[in-house]
Amino acid sequence: MNGRAALEHFLTTDPRDAGCDQTMEDLHVYAELVLRDEAAARRLRPDLAIHLDGCGPCAEDLAGLLAALRYA
Amino acid sequence: MTAVEIDGWVRALTAGGAERDAAVGRLHELLLRVAHAEVRRRGPRVGIDGAEMDDLAHQAAADALVAILAKLDGFRGESRFTTWACKFAILEVSTKLGRHFWRRPGVAMDAEDWEQLPARFGFDPGERAEWGQLMEALRVAVDESLSARQRRVFVALVLNGVPLDALVIELGSNRNAIYKMLFDARRKLRAALAADGHIDDEPGRRA
Repeated sequence: MNGRAALEHFLTTDPRDAGCDQTMEDLHVYAELVLRDEAAARRLRPDLAIHLDGCGPCAEDLAGLLAALRYA
Repeated sequence: MTAVEIDGWVRALTAGGAERDAAVGRLHELLLRVAHAEVRRRGPRVGIDGAEMDDLAHQAAADALVAILAKLDGFRGESRFTTWACKFAILEVSTKLGRHFWRRPGVAMDAEDWEQLPARFGFDPGERAEWGQLMEALRVAVDESLSARQRRVFVALVLNGVPLDALVIELGSNRNAIYKMLFDARRKLRAALAADGHIDDEPGRRA
């Protein structure tokens, strides 16, 4: 991603964004959906998918949870 | 049959005596494994290792266990119990790594070296002719369009690269509130830059 694309990404917001509270509340459910079928998870929960695309800390938590579920 | 019934964890954790003690012990072992793995995954990026890493994992597992036992009624069986429980360990590690950030020397939250801004978005220093005006417009928009609190959050997160969870602790806030503040700031900045013709108007916005 070049500088202009990174800036565009940063400035792009979506009113469907679930926010951090809702994402953390449902992260365990979403993680199991992702493990089964990531594309389906995004279709079922676009609010979470949009949030996770834009929120580094929540995306990091999802990555950690997915890693835990894969080795657990 | 619900996930609660399938797992049996809730029943064991709410039973009395030895059954509960054994379940709590198993749960703590799981949380400790998850916390250790998560600290190993993320720790090197925030500069912790060795005994500090081990200590942080133990604290995260212990705090996650307390939180889970206090919130057992909140488990609705929408996932496996262990998935729900692992989430607590992951979130505890996040919080503790955010606290750890401020122990690093030379961390500045409010410093304003605006020369860093292009690099934060990955602009090539050799192509300043292409992004110079855009970055100057962004800096003006930060000053003129954002509230004082939004500006402070922008400077900390974007300009100085402070992790969001660390800023949450410094401001005594929560992740959702800081994210929302930056979200609103991003909207305002796009509108300001679009009004001056520097970028397209709201390409990601949907009705």
